[in-house]
This record gives sequence, C-alpha cells and structure tokens, in this order.
Amino acid sequence: MARTISYQQAINEALRQEMERDPRVIVMGEDNAGGAGSPGEQDAWGGVLGVTKGLQPRFPDRVLDTPISESAFIGAAIGAAAAGMRPVAELMFIDFMGVCFDQIFNQAAKFKYMFGGKAETPVVIRTMIGAGFRAAAQHSQMLTSIFTHVPGLKVACPATPYDAKGLLIQSIRDKDPVIFCEHKLLYGIKGDVPEESYTVPFGEANVVREGNGVTIVTYARMVHFALQAAGELAKKKIDCEVIDLRTTSPMDEATILESAEKTGRVVVVDEANPRCSVATDVAALVAQKAFASMKAPVEMVTAPHVPVPFSDALEDLYIPSPARIAAAVERVANYG
Amino acid sequence: MAKLSKSQLLQAYRTMRTIREFEERVHTEFATGEIPGFVHLYAGEEASATGVCMHLRDDDYIASTHRGHGHCIAKGVDPVGMMAEIYGKVTGTCKGKGGSMHIADLSRGMMGANGIVGGGGPLICGAALAAKYKREGGVGVCFFGDGASNQGTILEAMNLASVWNLPAIFVAENNGYAESTSSSWSVASDNIADRGSAFGMPSVIVDGFDFFAAHEAAGEAVKRAREGGGPTLIEMKFMRYYGHFEGDQQTYRGADEVKKLREEKDCLLRFRKRVVSASEVSAADLDAVDKEVLALIDRAVTKAKADPKPEAADLLTDVYVSYP
Amino acid sequence: MPAIHSITVPKWGLSMEKGRVTAWHRQVGDRISSGDEICDIETDKISGGLEVTAGGVLRRQLAKEGEELPVGALVAVVADAEVPEDEVDAVVAAFQASFVPAAAADAGEGPAPQKVDVGGRRIRYLKSGLSGDAVLLLHGFGGDLGNWLFNHQALAEKHVVYALDLPGHGESSKDVGAGTLDELAAVAAAFLETVGVERAHLVGHSLGGAVALAMASSAPERVRSLSLVSSAGLGREINAAYIEAFVRAANRNALKPCVAQLYADERLVTRQLVDNLLKYKRLEGVDAALRKLADNLFPGGTQGRLFHDVLASSNVPALVVWGAEDRIIPASHAAGLPARVKVEVLADRGHMVQMEAAGAVNRLLASFIG
Repeated sequence: MARTISYQQAINEALRQEMERDPRVIVMGEDNAGGAGSPGEQDAWGGVLGVTKGLQPRFPDRVLDTPISESAFIGAAIGAAAAGMRPVAELMFIDFMGVCFDQIFNQAAKFKYMFGGKAETPVVIRTMIGAGFRAAAQHSQMLTSIFTHVPGLKVACPATPYDAKGLLIQSIRDKDPVIFCEHKLLYGIKGDVPEESYTVPFGEANVVREGNGVTIVTYARMVHFALQAAGELAKKKIDCEVIDLRTTSPMDEATILESAEKTGRVVVVDEANPRCSVATDVAALVAQKAFASMKAPVEMVTAPHVPVPFSDALEDLYIPSPARIAAAVERVANYG
Repeated sequence: MAKLSKSQLLQAYRTMRTIREFEERVHTEFATGEIPGFVHLYAGEEASATGVCMHLRDDDYIASTHRGHGHCIAKGVDPVGMMAEIYGKVTGTCKGKGGSMHIADLSRGMMGANGIVGGGGPLICGAALAAKYKREGGVGVCFFGDGASNQGTILEAMNLASVWNLPAIFVAENNGYAESTSSSWSVASDNIADRGSAFGMPSVIVDGFDFFAAHEAAGEAVKRAREGGGPTLIEMKFMRYYGHFEGDQQTYRGADEVKKLREEKDCLLRFRKRVVSASEVSAADLDAVDKEVLALIDRAVTKAKADPKPEAADLLTDVYVSYP
Repeated sequence: MPAIHSITVPKWGLSMEKGRVTAWHRQVGDRISSGDEICDIETDKISGGLEVTAGGVLRRQLAKEGEELPVGALVAVVADAEVPEDEVDAVVAAFQASFVPAAAADAGEGPAPQKVDVGGRRIRYLKSGLSGDAVLLLHGFGGDLGNWLFNHQALAEKHVVYALDLPGHGESSKDVGAGTLDELAAVAAAFLETVGVERAHLVGHSLGGAVALAMASSAPERVRSLSLVSSAGLGREINAAYIEAFVRAANRNALKPCVAQLYADERLVTRQLVDNLLKYKRLEGVDAALRKLADNLFPGGTQGRLFHDVLASSNVPALVVWGAEDRIIPASHAAGLPARVKVEVLADRGHMVQMEAAGAVNRLLASFIG
C-alpha cells in the first residue's frame, strides 16, 4: 500500500481528513490542543500523548480544550451530536469512564430507543485502553466489555495503523454512538496506510493469520502477541489461525464460528480481567453455536482477577504474554 | 419588558391550563392503576415552563427532568401523543418505548425528559455548543430541580457553559422538595441562584408562581444568550402540588400545605386575576380556553386508552441506526 | 556434459523477500519439459506457478510443501537421468554453501513506483529497464500495475517499461472524469507526454486493451505496436454478472468467489489477493469510479465500443493473446480478426493469462515487440 506510518499518525490523519470533509466534525477533550488560556504555546500538547497535535492550528475553532470535567464535556459532545454536529470527544483514559458513564450509557446509548427511533446521536468517544505503561491500576484498564455490554453503543478496538484510520473514519461517519478504543502501547507501531480516506466496516473481524490447527480469537494489543505465539508454534507444527475482532460491538460472529468449525479448537486471548469479559462472551458463543465441531474445551488467556499492578515485575505477569498464549494453544492442540 | 399582547396572554394561559389539566387528569387516571410505571407531576409549576418556553423557537433545545410533562407541553409537544406515551401505546410520542420520564421530540427542540437527576445539564451544553456553530442565534435551556442542583453534572455544566461562553440558560426549579427532603436542608447555600456567581454567570431569583416574573426573567436570559452574552442561572421558587411520584403519600409535608398553595399562590388564579382586572383579557375568553383544554385532555385520555400497544417486533427495533 | 539446472525461488515484484512452496506438481523422477510448472509458490501478495525452462528429470526437491524459502534460494534441481547422484549432490552442496539471501536493503536498489501529475490527476507508475524501446503496460478493470508483476521485469530486460495505475485504480487519482474510454486513453497519452515518451509499444490487458485500442484510434502517432491480452473492444460479450458483482462486493465473502472467475486455476486466489482488492475497493471514490466506468463501458451488460476498424485500417503491428478458459471475455473474440494480426490462444488459462502463463506470455511479447 501507500506508505508506512504509525498508529498514532493514522488516527491523526483520520481526524484531519474527516474534519476537512465535514465541517460538522469537532474535536474536544482535555488538552486536545493544550495550552488553553496559558501564556505559552498553543497546541502545546495535542493530546496527552500527542495524538491530536496539529489539528488546532489547522481548524482553529473546531478543536476545543475542556476543563477536567468529563460528565460535562462528554455529555456536551453527546448533546451536540443529538443537535446535528459530529463531535469526536476524548475520554483520556477509559479508566475515567466512572465520572461520565451516565451520559454515555443512559443518555447517548438510549436516546434512539427511548425516543421511539426519533433521535440520532452520531458521537465518537475516543479513549485509551491497556496496560504495559507502568501507569498502574487507574490508568491501565481494558474496560471495553462494559461498553460492549450496553445496547445502543458500538465499540471499536483497532490493532493496526490501517485499521485505526479506517475504523476511526467509519466511526465518525457512523450515525450511532461509538466508543473508539486506542491501545496506548500501540501508538508507536507502524504499518502501511493509504494516503486517501477509506473505511473499515464494523462487525468485520480480520483473519490476520490463516491456519488449520487452532483458532485464536483476540483484539487490540493481544493480536500482536498472538501472532508472536503463532510464529513460535509453527516450529512445533501447530498451525494457528489468528482472528482480530476489530470491533467488539457489533462482533463478527460468523467469522469466529467459521474458524471454530474448521479447527474445532479455540483459544480466546483478552488483556482484560476475566469475569464478564469479551473472552467469556466469545467462549459462550463458541460453546453455544459451534459445540458440535469442538475437539477441545475453549481456553481463555486473560489477565487475572486483580487490579493492574504498578511494579513492572508484576505488571509483566499481569499481561498475557506470548509464552502464556502459546502454552494454552499447545494444551488445546494436544487435547484428546 | 414589552407588554404582552392579548393573543400572547391567551397563549400563555392556554399553555398553563393545558399543563394543569393534563397533570390533574393523569393524577386521577393513575389512581385507577391503568397507567404503568412512574409518573411525576408538574402541577403548580406551570408558570416556569410556560414563561421560559414562550421565548423559544423550534430550533432552540430544552432538556428536562423526570417531572417533564410541563416542559414538553410548553415546548410544543403534542399532548395527545404524550398521553398515549404515558399509557405505553404505540401511538405515543416515543412509540411507547420511553414512557413518562423519557418523552422527547427533537423536531420541536425537546431533548427529552430525563430519568437521571442532573442528566440534562451536559446535554444542553452540547445543544448550545451546536447552536454556536450554526450561527442562527439558537439557545439551549436546561430545566433542573433543587435536587439536581447538588449533582456534579449540573455544577460541571454551569462551569463549562461559562468557560466556553455558551448560549445556555439554567433554570433551577426549586419546588421545595427533592423527593422527600426539603430543599432548604439539602442545598447548602441560601439560594440555588447564589451558585451562579461561583461560575461567573448572572443569576436571578423569581417567584415561580408568577408567570409574568418568570416570563420577564427568561426573556432577559434568552436575549443575553442569543446575543452571545453567555449563560444565565434563573432560580424559580415555588412548590409542587403533588408528590415526588404518584403514590407518594407526602407525609413529609405540612398538613394544609398544598391546600393553602392552591388558594393563595396558584399561578393560574393569579394570572386570571391580573389580566381580567387590567382588562387585558376577559373572563369569558379564559373560560372558553378552560373548556377547550378540558375537551382536548379528555380526547387525549380516551384515545390513549383505546390505542394499541406496540407489537412484539417493536421490541428489537430503534436500537441503532444500523448494526453493523 | 549434460547440464544440471538449479531452479531457484523467483523474485516476483520488488518487495518480495520470500516464497512458500505450497504444492509440488512434479515429483522426483518425473520427466520435465521446458515450460512445465513444477510447483506453486505463494508470497504475501500472490500465488503463482514456478515454470522451468530446462528439460530433463526432476532430481531434487529442496523444500517440502508449506516450507518458506528466501528469494533466490534453491528449490529444485533438474538434470538428465544419466547424471550421477553424487554430481547432483555436489551442485546442491556448492549452491547452499555460497547462497546468501538478498538483504531487505536491496529493495532500495530497484525501481520503486512513483507519482506524477498528469493534467491535474495524480498517476502512480512504475518504470523499469535501462534501454530499448518504450513499452506501456495498461491493466484491466479493477486492477493496478501489480497485475503485471510476472511480466514487468522480464520485459524490462530489453525495453524501458512503464506500468501505470489508470484513473480510479491503484494509487492514482480516483477521478475518472466522464468515465469513458477516450478519457482513459487521453490520460494514458498525456502520461507518455509527461514522462517524455514520444511513441510506445502498448500492452493492454482486458479494459487496458480497449484503452490501447482507443489510443491507437485517437493518438496513433504515439503507438508503436499493440499487444492485446484478453482484451476488451474486440467483441460485444462480457461477463456482466462478474462486473456487477465486482463493483458491488463489499466484503471478503462477496469478493472471493467473484475474483475466482478471473483465473482458470482458483488456487491463485489467495487471502492476500482478496484482502488487497478489498482495501482498494474501500478507498474513497473507488466505488463511484468503478460504477461510472462500468456504466459507460459496459452499458446494458455488453461492451459499448468495438475497434475492429482500427485493427483493419491501421498498419500498427498487433498481437492478440488469450486464455482459452477466459470466463470474463470469451476467447472467441480472438477469432475473425484481420489476417495481419498475430493471434495466440493458450489452452487451460483464464482471463489473467499474463499471470497464469507468465513465461509463455513473456516469450510471446518479447518476440513480438522485439
């Protein structure tokens, strides 16, 4: 494809191209430009990790810094969407959802249904997920399953720069509220991304590696760990098929089931805590709808049921590793 | 403030009377057990919704509370559809899927009654923000109660509206009680209006039983917002006639509290007295309105009772615009 | 002394670094003739048959099915039956001892695609070859310059070969203007002007063939010769269902069976091929561009414009090549052409004949163009 850029640059490019195309697209969040009211540089930060840098100088009145006031500005983004704008609001860390969750799950998610179909809330809430930054318990969670659970929301979790740009453009054009989850450890990864605009549809998983032996279903950063494990396992003649969900709501059930029926052996890898997670969701799907094809029980590789620890020695144990993934796949491959 | 014309006075009276008769009728019908779920009645507070919404256009947005029937009617939502919605019928404003607490009509700028106390503040900041981009002088009004005045979302919304200089009006309807607790106990300052200065916005206290006072204060706030002067906080002081919800025994209230209010403070009585004695509108004209409104409400209830409920297939529709 | 032929992993395209042997078609001991395909090799972009130009017996297979080797690595040894085993072993040993896979840095040496502005449209093209006549390769509907992956370098040995992405395709501008053949031909002619080529041998596949014919009609002074591969413009029939399905397909499951019709050997339709096509189809403006082109070029499900008159009246040398199993444009269009036109129909090949029979097509083109 066109050229190699980072996941972070791909997101920035998606925002820029959509803002150029549609004057209703506005960006807001804490320090999305940075420097508001301060004597020094404007666009000082461009987002805490620089993802939105360069947008404010280009679109001076459409990139809004906010006070640290999530329920107000996330709610404002939602209200503005209901009133005809296309806001992209940033919830800096998904861990902060607690202070604005009502606006998301009781208001945005439910307007269309409660109002008898007569409302549209095309808001995008971008947020950072994931551990590995040594950012500790309140800045490292993977709370995508909580949003996935709520009818009326859509949830996207790109794992590659190509998917990040395409899914964000799709999210902005989508007429439903979208939670767009960016894994903070993926911002630096690079990949081929077309210069032009393009979309990736929701509800379409990507088979990133074809194989006939064991199916690995996963998303976000774990896609890369699963591919690493698959590479090692190939040396042991275990042939893995790796499925990147890309969006957890809607979720591409057909692709998961097609693969489960082909291999009969499924491992789900999820960086989140195990209870009521995307992992349990996929495992239940397979158990219900692919039971007849299964040659081994489904295995889940997840974080433990603990908050994210700070010390790197512990955090590295918390996050599912390629070795742990490979071990699970081997057990499933050799079962029976 | 400019004097109101006869037709405007009649319009105001009609709106208040429609709200009053709507609520009184819901009160009696609810007691029969036919209306599902919860209803929260606005009777006694009509002057606030009417006085404010008379300044608004269809493209101005309002957010409301769980006690939203009055705001809906004042903003132009059809009472017949509203009654059907309260009865859970498919002909309701929200096809029976929202109910009393979630009646909305975005085509009339009514962003919904809201089951979450304080939920409307941030949403109206959003509507006001959108109005700024549209550059047509649109405004957003957030109606909230004394209970909500203590909710973080309202405080955050007021701060954000000030910081972003939004065309927003915050109308605190202090009706004396947040559920069963008196507002004088739960609100730490003497007046909710005192909180406006904390957020750098002009505030005013209004006798909520006085339509003219409410109308005047709202007029100033709407003008300020339309002209880019930023947000205003209006505190309407009055009391609700009914309980927090229908079924509330209201044992927390004084013995003749409501009776006295209806005799001495009632906004409709006061309105009638004033306009008739000033010969601006005749008693006969007002009586005619009374009669028409009663007929309308009667028709709405009859229809609501007879209309069909949603079908099973309606359960699964209207969740998304598209999925995937 | 009878020769011992070392068959190595070919370099298909500039970015190819390794290939996986997916299937052996000949086993050790089998007789091999020049032109035989001894195995299939799959890369991350494409799958193709490995054709040998040697004759003899297959003496060694140096990779198992499923095994991946770097470009240039030894895959097979072909030699006459009477060559002793230990000599074959010695050749293998010597090769392996001295073989070093090309580093990824080598990609910088070869030509890379570039972009140029042609009359306000961005056009991507690849130029390869140091000397000789100019050749312009024109791909077909929904394709791009990568359709010439197996042909470009071979032709570049003796010519300066340009392959471009037509408007609406690849990485060129997605603005197809009126979406007519004349518009596409005008862009191709303007491209030649822009890169300083006065006259070129035109090689067109499918729609690209019709573009070449349109150029011969409207700008004959630019055309040295015409090589028309599975070309449009030579008959009314076209697989309209394929065109419609291709334009409409919005996901893998819709695209894969559609694209399979392009080949006689459906194994060539790899996941990567379908994914790359899907990514192309999802680019902004592609849908509209393809729709407009399809509506203009194939109105009512048949080809809108024929060029028999051009072939008859012009004295430009012409070659027509077809796959007999073409399911998109029937090979019968190769028949009934003016006598001076050279015609070759290759048995058992489909619409993408320049890929499925790359060796044969390259030989035909090389000997025709000169």
